[in-house]
Amino acid sequence: MAKTLISTHTASADSSIDITSGITSTYDSYEFHMVNMHPANNNVNFTFQVNADGQSGFNETITSTSFRAYLKEDGTGGTLGYDGGSDQAEGTAYQRILSTGTGSDDDQCVSGILTLYAPASTTYVKNFLAVGNGTDHGEYTVNSYMGGYINVTAAIDEISFKFDSGNIDAGTIKMFGVS
Amino acid sequence: MPTIANMAKVNGIVISGTPAVSDAHVLIATATASSSATLSFTLGLDNLYDVYEFRFENIHGQTDDKSFGFQVDTGSDTDYDQPMTTTFFQAFFNEDGSGEGLAYSTGNDQATSGDGNGVLSKILKDQGADADQSGSGILTLYAPSSTTYVKHFTTDAQMSQSSNYSQRVLTAGYINITAAITSIQFKFDSGNIDAGEIKMYGIAKS
Repeated sequence: MAKTLISTHTASADSSIDITSGITSTYDSYEFHMVNMHPANNNVNFTFQVNADGQSGFNETITSTSFRAYLKEDGTGGTLGYDGGSDQAEGTAYQRILSTGTGSDDDQCVSGILTLYAPASTTYVKNFLAVGNGTDHGEYTVNSYMGGYINVTAAIDEISFKFDSGNIDAGTIKMFGVS
Repeated sequence: MPTIANMAKVNGIVISGTPAVSDAHVLIATATASSSATLSFTLGLDNLYDVYEFRFENIHGQTDDKSFGFQVDTGSDTDYDQPMTTTFFQAFFNEDGSGEGLAYSTGNDQATSGDGNGVLSKILKDQGADADQSGSGILTLYAPSSTTYVKHFTTDAQMSQSSNYSQRVLTAGYINITAAITSIQFKFDSGNIDAGEIKMYGIAKS
């Protein structure tokens, strides 16, 4: 089987979803499928960080890029451009993924996929790619592409997801191993 | 159905893994580089699947500042010089906090009627060869066995650029022939593939 469902994590007013087991050398890469992540607070960004084997805290060094396409529900503002507010240069903050400025209306949320390559490698930096779509608080659809590398050669064995403010009110994250 | 037996050795690449039939993604073959000039899949591209994915992981070049890409061929040909029309754009940001941007790269696309037609279609650009630098991503090839249509593909990859940029490269295009595609080859435009792995998956029709 090429993709194996390893675990499912369902949010219910949680400050974060931390996956602290299952990221090993068993699989070459890992996919995290995030479905309908709904924030408690308005105008927030969904993010992730990782922890390296033997370390503590979700605070590894990341260099990343971000670009997005967006359009307002009234048909205005259609744009494609680089998003300088969502990248990092050797930063240790939680990395934005999937979308930006997500609204907290009852029907608003963000969904998408994060692919993490070879987290168990102890030779290379860890490449990641994310693509997602969200409902911006200003009634925009926002299609975001974030990519980058975690600039450590130590193995990554833990990952954390959260909004940059407030709880994850609801949503599901499924972790798959790709063999 | 490709089997380990009939794919035991293809152009020097190492084949491993067991084809599965119960998943939408079926692992057909694995190619592992070890100072390899090329990684080629000459079996397994057929009409068993509509869509094929090539997942490449930690592709590491022997030579600094070189680009990694692919070409295809038909029948028993192995020139890997089919005509393509492609697009290429990238997002980039340096580790020192400078030079962020999103841009189309006219020097890395191909036009069927252009001078650079039939050459390597780049999917990782100007990659660094430091010991910890590599590139990873996915090439998706649609309906290679069609004898009616051109063959569409998309790529999405993340890499360490030679001057310490984080670089995400997205390319797409079509192989401008109606003959069935039967083989695919990956390589750097100069120097060997020092290390890395490419897995070929078939996406089940039903």
